[in-house]
Order: sequence, then C-alpha cells, then structure tokens
Amino acid sequence: MRTVKSPFKFKGGVHPDYNKELARERAIERLPMPAELVISMSQHLGTPAKCLVKAGDFVRRGQLIGEKNGFISVCVRASADGKVKAVEKRPGPAGGMADAVILDTAAELPSDLPALEPLSPLDWKTATKEELLKRVEEAGICGMGGAGFPTNVKLSPPPGKRCEYLILNGAECEPYLTADFRLMLEKADRIRIGVEIMRKILGGPAVRIAIEANKPEAIAAMEKAFADIEGNVEIVVLPVLYPQGSEKHQIYATVGRVVPEPPALPIDVGCVVENVGTVAAIADAVEKGEPLLERVTTVSGDAVAEPKNILAPTGTKYADLIAFCGGEKERPAKAISGGTMMGFAVPSPEIATTKTTSGLLLLTKKRVFQYSSQACINCGRCVRACPMNLNAAEIAKAVESDDIKGAEDLHVMTCIECGACSFSCPAYRPITQFCRRAKNSIRARIAAEKAKAAAAAAKEAK
Amino acid sequence: MKPKDTAQHYILSSSPHAHAKSSVSRIMLDVIIALLPTTAAGIFFFGMPAVWTVLVCVATCVLTELLCRLAMKRENTVGDLSAVLTGLLLALNLPAGIPLWMAIVGSVFAIAVAKQVFGGLGMNPFNPALAARAFMLISFTGPMTTWLKPFWWKTPDAVTTATPLATMKTWFITEATASASPHGLCNTACSGVPGLWDMALGNIPGCIGEVSAIALALGAAYLLWRKVITWHIPVSFIATVFVYSLIAGGAPAIMQVLTGGVMIGACFMATDYVTSPTTAKGKLIFGFGCGLLCMLIRQFGSYPEGCSFAILIMNAVCPLINRWTQPKPFGGK
Amino acid sequence: MIAIVCIAGIGLVVAAALAIADRYLSVQEDPRIGMVTAALPGANCGGCGFPGCDGYARALVAGTAPNGACAAGGDAVAAEVAKILGVAATATEKRVALVKCCGTRSEAIRVGDYNGICDCAVAAATAGGDKGCKYGCLGYGACANVCPKGAISIRDGLAKVDKRLCIGCGKCVTACPKKIIELVPASATIHVLCANPDKGPNVRKVCGVGCMGCHLCEKNSGGKEANHFTFQGFLAKTNYQNPPTDAAIVAKCPAKCMIEDPHFETGR
Repeated sequence: MRTVKSPFKFKGGVHPDYNKELARERAIERLPMPAELVISMSQHLGTPAKCLVKAGDFVRRGQLIGEKNGFISVCVRASADGKVKAVEKRPGPAGGMADAVILDTAAELPSDLPALEPLSPLDWKTATKEELLKRVEEAGICGMGGAGFPTNVKLSPPPGKRCEYLILNGAECEPYLTADFRLMLEKADRIRIGVEIMRKILGGPAVRIAIEANKPEAIAAMEKAFADIEGNVEIVVLPVLYPQGSEKHQIYATVGRVVPEPPALPIDVGCVVENVGTVAAIADAVEKGEPLLERVTTVSGDAVAEPKNILAPTGTKYADLIAFCGGEKERPAKAISGGTMMGFAVPSPEIATTKTTSGLLLLTKKRVFQYSSQACINCGRCVRACPMNLNAAEIAKAVESDDIKGAEDLHVMTCIECGACSFSCPAYRPITQFCRRAKNSIRARIAAEKAKAAAAAAKEAK
Repeated sequence: MKPKDTAQHYILSSSPHAHAKSSVSRIMLDVIIALLPTTAAGIFFFGMPAVWTVLVCVATCVLTELLCRLAMKRENTVGDLSAVLTGLLLALNLPAGIPLWMAIVGSVFAIAVAKQVFGGLGMNPFNPALAARAFMLISFTGPMTTWLKPFWWKTPDAVTTATPLATMKTWFITEATASASPHGLCNTACSGVPGLWDMALGNIPGCIGEVSAIALALGAAYLLWRKVITWHIPVSFIATVFVYSLIAGGAPAIMQVLTGGVMIGACFMATDYVTSPTTAKGKLIFGFGCGLLCMLIRQFGSYPEGCSFAILIMNAVCPLINRWTQPKPFGGK
Repeated sequence: MIAIVCIAGIGLVVAAALAIADRYLSVQEDPRIGMVTAALPGANCGGCGFPGCDGYARALVAGTAPNGACAAGGDAVAAEVAKILGVAATATEKRVALVKCCGTRSEAIRVGDYNGICDCAVAAATAGGDKGCKYGCLGYGACANVCPKGAISIRDGLAKVDKRLCIGCGKCVTACPKKIIELVPASATIHVLCANPDKGPNVRKVCGVGCMGCHLCEKNSGGKEANHFTFQGFLAKTNYQNPPTDAAIVAKCPAKCMIEDPHFETGR
C-alpha cells in the first residue's frame, strides 16, 4: 500500500466555495426514529421496485417491501418496524412521482406477527463470489454517491470484460457535503472490509482509493486502515477541483484511462468506480447481514441552526432532519437535496431521503443566485470550464432556438451535467438546464423510435 | 377560493445552485478600468479635445442604448455597462480633434446600427466601436485622418500632422527601390518618425487611445490578471505583425507594433468576446488573421492603417473559425 | 456587334436545350395531386401526420392516407377531396384543442418559485414543476410555442385556446408534458376544466377550482343514464360522444371547474 499524488489532470473544472467547514468537524450522529417514514420504491436508477405491501400491513425492520423489478432495479426493504399507513404516489427528490410506502413507526406490532428471517451474516473469506453478489443484491444496495446505479450489476462485468481497477470514490467534490469524509474518518475499517469483499467478487483487481487533497484527515485514516493490506492498493491524492468525483474524471485522474463517449461505460476501460459509502454498506450487508436501511446525510447550509452529519433511516422526511439540527436559523430561500453543484432543488421539507441522499442544504437568499435570460456574450468561460470539453455556449444557443439536432451534433449526450458551465457563466444563463433539455428530448426521441421499430417488428411478426 | 398556501416558497431551479459570481457588468467594468491608463495618456497628450470626445461618445452611446431598448420595448440594458465601454472604445479610436457632431453620429451608429439592430449585446457580428470607426473613416475621411500633434497647444504654428504610420508606409515603397534599407532610427529616410521611446510613451500623433503602448500594455496586463481575456489573441496578433514586418522589411518590426492601432486592437478590440472565437485554437487563428490582414493592408492597401479593417474582416470570419475549431469532447473520437 | 450576336446565340442555344429538356425529361405527375393540394387548406400544419398539405395530397392520391385526416379543413375539405378522388366522403367533426385546467395563479397554489428556462417540459423536470397540482397546466407555453395558428395564449399562468383560430392539428396535444390537452368536438360547449383524479380533499389542498368527483354534474344533467359524464377516479370528464347541452349545470358545479363557453378563449 502506498500513497501517491494523482499524475493526471483533466481539462476544465471549476473551484466553487466548498463551505465544508460547516459540518466537517461534526461526528456522525444517529437520528432517533422518526414517527413516520416515506419509503420510496424508486430510490435507485432504473425501474422502480414493485411494492409488496398494502395499507394496514405490519412490517418489520429489514423486511422486503419492494421487489426488484427487472435487471436494472433494486429491491427495497423496510427501514423500521411499523404499520403501513398508505401506499401512494409521492414526489421524490428529483420531482418524479413514484409509489411510496408511508410507514407509521410508532405503531405497536401485534404479538402474533411472525418473526422475520433475517439475512445471515456471511464469512466473506469462505463465501463464494456468487453468494457475495447475491447478498449485495438482496441487501438492496445501489450506488450511494448520487446516481444510484444497482451495485450488483456494476460488480458483474459483462462477459469478455474484466475489471482491472477498483476505484473507491472518496473525492466528495460537492460543496457543503461531508458525509463521505466523516465515513472515511469513522468507519475506515468497514470500508477496508468492503474493499476486500469487492476485490473477491471482481477477481482481484488493483485498488485505487481516490481522495481530494483537502481531506488530509481522511487520507490519514484510510492509510492507517489499509496499512497492512496485501496486493496492489494505492491511495491517490487528487487535486482539489470540481468535478473530481465524476466517474470518468476520477478514472482519468487515478489510472489515466479515458472512458469513450456514451454508451461506453467505465468497465469498457477495465474500471469499476464505487462510492465509499456503498463499500461500507457492502461490508455491513455481508459481515452483519444488515441490508441498506440507513445512510449518512449531511444537513448543512447557512440557514441550518446546527449543521450535522446524520445517520438516518432511508425514508426520513427532510423536516425531521432539519428539526434534529435545531431547525432553521434563518428563512431559507432554497432547499437542495444533494450538493450545490448537482443536487435537486426541492419544493418542500415533506420530501423524504433515499439511499442516494448525500446531503440536504438549506440556503438563505444571500447564497442563492437567480438565473437570467440575458444573451450569451460568447466569453468562452463555459467552454474553458467544461470538464468534458464541450462547447457549452453553442449547445445552449442551439437548444434555445429549438435546434436539438444541432445540440446533438455538438455531442450534448456526452454532457455529465456537472454544472461547471452555468457556474461560470457571467450572464447567468441556465446552460446546464439547456443541456438537460436537449438530452431529455434526444432520449425521448430515441425511445419513441425504438417503440416504433418494436411496433413495426411486432406487426411484421403477425 | 384559493386553498391556504402555508408552505414556504423555495426557489426551484435546475442545478447548479452555486455560482462563480462573475457578471457581465463586472467584466465590462474591468475592461473600462483597463482602458483608464490609455485614456489618461490620451488626455495628457491631446488635452481638452480628448476629454470632450470621450465624454460625448460615452454619453451618446448610453443614451442611444437607452432609446433603442425603449423603442424595441425590451428590458433596459444600460446597467451591463457595455454601452459605456463601446463609447469609450470608440472615443479612443478617434483623432482628438474630431468635430464633436461627428463623434455623436459615430456613437449613434455604433449602438443603433452595429449593435441594437442585431438584437443587442451578444448578437452583434461586428465590434460596434470598430464598425462605427470604419463608418466614420469612410464618411468623414478628412477629419478622421487629421491628427493633432501631442502637446499641440505648445506648437502654435502647425497643430496637425501625419501619423508615423503614414510616414512609414512610404518605406515599403522606398524598400523596393533602395538597395540598403534604413533600419536605424536616425536615418535620413525616417525623418519625421519619432523615436522608439516616444512611441512607447505615446508622444506621437494618432488616435486618443492608441498612442501610448505602455499604458495599453498596463491595461492588458490588468485584463490578463483578472482573467477577463486570455493571452491567445493579443500574442498571436502582435507576433504575426512582428514576424510579418521582419520578413517583409520596411519599417522596423517593433515600430509596426508600437504605432497605429495594433496594441489597442490586439488587446482591446480583437479580444471583444462577442465577435471573437471561443476556443483557444480559434483565438490563435483569429489573432493570426488579424495580424496578417493588418500588415497586408498597411503594405498594399490605400490606407496607412489597417488594424480596424483587419479586425472587422476577421469578425466576419469568426463564425467560420468557431465551426472549424469545435473542441473535441473528453473521450470523444 | 459581335457581342449582340454572341448573346443572341447563347440565348438560342439555351432556349433549345430547355425545350428539349422539357420534352424528354418532364416528370409525369398525377394531375390530381395538384387539384387535391389546391383543395386542402394550405396551412401546412402537419396535423395529418404528413409533411405539409402537398405531402398529404400525394399520400391521398397514392391511396396510402385516409381521407378526413385534415382536421383544419374539416368536412368541407374531405368532401371536396372525395369528389376529386371519386371516393365516398366520410363525415368528421371539426375538433379543437381544450386545455383541461382552470387553476389560474389566483386559484391554484404554487409550491415554489421556478427560475429557469421558460418551457413546460423543463419546468416539469425541475422538482416536478412549481405548481402544487401535479396534473395542472404549468403555463410556460410549450403548447403556444408549437401552435401554427397562434391560437394559444398564456394568461394568468394558464394556456387558453381560442376555438375560432384552432384548426385541431393536435400539435399542442403532443407538446404538453402534463398531457392535459385534448381534441374535443367544436360543437361541444360544456367542459370540465380539470385533470386531477385525486380525492377531493387532496385536490382542495392544491387548487381552489379542482374537480372533486362529487358527481353533481352527472346528477344535474339527468343522472347516470343520461351518460353525459364519465369518471376517472375522482375526476369528471365530459362524454364527448354525448356532450351535455344544459348550461344550467355549469353554475351548479360546487368546484367551479366547469365552463360553458362557445369560444373558450376566455376560460372560466
């Protein structure tokens, strides 16, 4: 094991105000069980899980309440004992409506409720690769960095492809967020076990632990935890630059490989990137038989009385998190699920956390800016800032004049929506949103074409 | 009856929710600040006529912008300071002795025709100040090429003179006939051409803002430090002028750079965001084209000075350069 | 002199070439295409699914398109086309677009202040849009932007269709991300302007004029047997196969989400 400095610097990137000092020194605290949980069936990327319970049912902590529904899907387990008040459509942090189980955790369980068969702890040293993978799937683990990609899918490279590098994402380049930082500090041993398990599943790849240079304590903690590990393991210290935590840029910064344009995936260049939180969750799922039922969420921002890193069950309403932090210090102008660069603005504190909620930020008016409809002055700051080296200004102009095809020709599908362009635009143009709009239109068009082709094929078959 | 709206209203917007806090008006302000040294130098050398030209141009531009926006029923954009900057740039590109009514006509043209007709800031294909200068050069050729001597008030006999460039232009011609080229500054052939030191300071006839190379360099350094401009256009522009004159002969290369509009053009006019390419590669090509055209006009054209026209021509080519120099995406083919 | 001869010569040669080309290279086009194109309204709205009126005319003559797909022209055009093509005309009703929402800014609550691109789909993708009712019109004009006739305007945060201008091309129906625009018979005058199928109390939380599914409109229009309304969840829908005609029921709607408006350009 050794610690190295990242030798590769990607083009572009920005330096937002990190504001991490607000919650940096706050040790992880466990939230007392809230009276009501809202457990969404769509906490991951892909098809929502199929709900298995109905209003009036009693459930136990860890019980399967949502069944995996398709290949790119993740099961959902109850994060507390309780009675199902209702199953209804609720908006998620990103605004999409999905079925959610409203759980009354204060309800007393009937004495004749059968005991739950828990997941049994596994010894990862003796368990087979298949057993370990199955456990990851059963525990309902998905990428906890934000996108929520099903972890068991990521850990099963398609035939013909081999994972050469397992990269641990501890960059946490999003402003304000310190959840991963605290986790690396406090649960370094869990992360180490997770790494060993994943290494076994992936057939012994080299391991790179990527941490930004502004987290020396985390680097030290990881160095200590991994000191005696065998094999090719390196801690790579990354320069402080947003979006260092982006999968593609992290792969480049740690091993110097470039992931081609979509639909290529990291595995195409022999890499698997996992967030440190996910790795710790894998360790718990295997060693303790504990499914993914809770996660660390940073509650911060200048409107929060007492910023904290909270270990809360998934499905906790934002209002409960805010109350645990002493409430609002000032009137917030914006609430954000996630970090300030890629997080989602949420309309109310009634939204509940999911497996991917890394942070909740309440910002006062001082910290919030308004987008404008000013014209582009062609200054090129967005082009310089774009880590994907896209001509963001031209893309925005194309989308503005409804020229989606033009945006596609400018490679808008390669955009990772990191927000560096909008961040640096002096005309306050919503460039990232223009890119999103183009991507959504293109995706819709492709889906429509596919459906049309499928319908035509079906007609032919008849 | 509207339901009771108790929920707190948060701002809903797409990410990112953080901003670098740069703004268009701040950028314009930076350029104006960067132009202050050369404005001061111009006033120092040309006196009160320079002051009046600057004031009249700025005031007319702001007023025209205001009226145009009102007439078009669009939001008022005077606050972005771009009209102030256009007025200042235009004034700095005029001879100090220009009749003020011509300065007013030029300013109105810059804002109304070269900018607002196209939709305002960000939409104009040509640099408004340069377009206005070209317009004035054609409309008022006499006054636009009548130059006040620096400190003209101290020389009561002849207050106007030719620019060093006009003198230098003849060198290209003598170059062709004379076997020995005069590269020394105190040569007989270059009588009427001031010394290098005067050129750097600005003690030469010319437009208000173009004479003092040192003041312009100071401003350019400020812009580079504030990251308002990048080095690409000024460096490739000036380097092209320099190398061209080394190869083509004629006046010494350093003089070609220091006189006329090369310095102000390379640092302030060609770097105008709206009318220059976005990518580094595009900027290098743009600067090179400006330098080359400028020297071609100086050598072969009928005007002694080609800087404004060179930049205007390159402005027109800018969309094409942008097309050629699309960046290659990270991971793209 | 030489110049005159040259020019004249060139003129002659070119004229001859053109005459020959016209004779031997001319494309024999079915004359009916021109006639059908002339019969169509010429709005090129694309509502029929073909590229412009000319495209539809070609498809009609080729027999690959059904007559009556031109919503803009309606029955008169269909009859004309039928006459040219020598087929029987099928009567169609003129249909116009209807935005099924009446939650203006003063009636429907907003849950946030949206700040971004002025487009419904994009606004809907940002935290589900700023309107409390997840089914309601966002009022960012996606429909108005695609309307070829300028029949849709946004007033008080709500899209309004001017029935007299609408040609029923259906472009707005596909453009609306909330899917609340429907093509309805132009002759129908009584409409339910709501698309929220939730229970009454939930609708009331977000909108003062949302349908609560109380069935009063059904009762007042002659009961279930009269079959003037259908229900989806807690939402009444006008049965456009058999639309109600008694305007009295509009005033009796407790939710005030019904209108009786021959033009519905003003809305409720």
